[in-house]
Amino acid sequence: MNPAFSVILLTTASGAGYGMLFWLGVLDAAGLMPAERWFGVVAVLIALALATAGLLASTLHLGHPERAWRAISQWRTSWLSREGVVSLVTYLPALGFAAAWGLGGPRNAAAEVLGLLAALCAVLTVACQAMIYASLKPIRQWHNRFVPTNLLLLALFSGAACLAATTTFWQVHSGRIVAGLALVLCIAAAVAKVAYWRVIDRAPPVAAIESATGLGTIGRVRELEAPHTEENYLLREMGYTIARKHSERLRGAALAIGFVLPAILLIAGLALGNPGALALFPLAAVAALLGIYIERWLFFAQATHTVTLYYGRAA
Amino acid sequence: MTDIPRPAPGHKKLGLVIDLDTCVGCHACAVNCKEWNTSGHYAPLTDFDPYQQHPQGVWLNRVHSYEAGTGPDSRTVHFPRSCLHCEQPACVTVCPTGASYKRAEDGIVLVNTEICIGCKLCSWACPYGAREFDEDEGVMKKCTLCIDRIYNENIPEAERVPACVSTCPAHARHFGDLGDPHSAVSQLVAERGGYDLMPEMGYKPVNKYLPPRRPKPRATTPEPAQEPSGAAGSVLRWIDRVLSR
Repeated sequence: MNPAFSVILLTTASGAGYGMLFWLGVLDAAGLMPAERWFGVVAVLIALALATAGLLASTLHLGHPERAWRAISQWRTSWLSREGVVSLVTYLPALGFAAAWGLGGPRNAAAEVLGLLAALCAVLTVACQAMIYASLKPIRQWHNRFVPTNLLLLALFSGAACLAATTTFWQVHSGRIVAGLALVLCIAAAVAKVAYWRVIDRAPPVAAIESATGLGTIGRVRELEAPHTEENYLLREMGYTIARKHSERLRGAALAIGFVLPAILLIAGLALGNPGALALFPLAAVAALLGIYIERWLFFAQATHTVTLYYGRAA
Repeated sequence: MTDIPRPAPGHKKLGLVIDLDTCVGCHACAVNCKEWNTSGHYAPLTDFDPYQQHPQGVWLNRVHSYEAGTGPDSRTVHFPRSCLHCEQPACVTVCPTGASYKRAEDGIVLVNTEICIGCKLCSWACPYGAREFDEDEGVMKKCTLCIDRIYNENIPEAERVPACVSTCPAHARHFGDLGDPHSAVSQLVAERGGYDLMPEMGYKPVNKYLPPRRPKPRATTPEPAQEPSGAAGSVLRWIDRVLSR
């Protein structure tokens, strides 16, 4: 599948934003966030800015961005529509959460309830986003249960890393708690990612040229002549291919930048304490986002579609 | 709406039956499809660089060619590929806007290009590559089964078939109601063992493909030549002797 910049940015940026919003709501209700009036406002706005940047980037992918509002109508059948609805609904409790925190001061019941609601909406948005991919039968690398697990864990990890970076500037103690959480999620997400790669490398093809053409009853089928001499939309969008040696290198880069480096920076920040942490936690968040961007690029580039069977390729 | 209409018993399922035994791979169906539809329901079917080195564009029908099997029993098969108007079209259910829909009255899958946002998700959801995005117009296009021909009262009744069917010189394309077991196309499917493409995907295509005929079983040893007899036989034997010298 074509790794379009807009869709990669959508899932990485909004994943981090919603992950951050989730942990803000949950950790505030648990009393683990800094009891500071402006922290809540700024942190919620940073989370929403990340999510909004992702959502706006996704409209670049559209042929008619001015019609994007129509996408919230088919929530009964379409996961994309559901994502649109839940992502918009999330703004209400999220902005309410920020307002209640800012106006009512830290640790007030209204803010905690709204925070938990925002957390629920945030995690539902990421889940709907993941189901857009997981529901597509023709793409075997997406149509499996590892995809929602991966996207959720990666959102929760990158969100926690961003929250740790933000919290550190207000209160080092809270920042260290979130950093510890991010470290655990970093390991969990890395394990899930490696497991996903192993699964898609070993899974059998979802269909073959023999069943795609129905000519398997005669024998093995091979493409004799393509229908057109030039590229077409199908091959550009669904027929994107990446050399195996490149994908191996990029997997290594994603693991090193997105997981190993943030883990080292988080551990170093936790060990050093106050002065070091201020610089290290934001660095860990940047590394995590960069690594996940590479990972998401691969998520698209390595996905194969059954239409390519008709062009004599594997799917 | 993107809900799949609940099929009524005996409801119409308009579709194509493509005979892979007689298709000669001339691409006339693809060309006439392009010709009709570039000024039809989804006009235009945009071309890029049409007269230059890398001509590309939107086509709703593409003709592939394959080799099946090996040795003397192998076949070269020309294989037209277009929308199969599935009974379980995920291209419709994934659509976030309701632009993609399946008609209850005849089962034709269409796109309302007035409200399509061009998110391309339907083309990802189609296993068969039936949908092509018009990068110029920013909307998705697909086979309409020529709704602007088959119901068109301004053209002679005999011509009210899809453009690909009307133009096929080998009569390899048939159009009709596959929901009616007594229709000509349903009978053809039953007689010839018509089949679905990629049935394992569960999309339940309406269009059916008729398999190429199987080669007659070959004798492994050549049959002994029969000795000619009678007066004609003696002449032939004499010719044989003369030529064998």
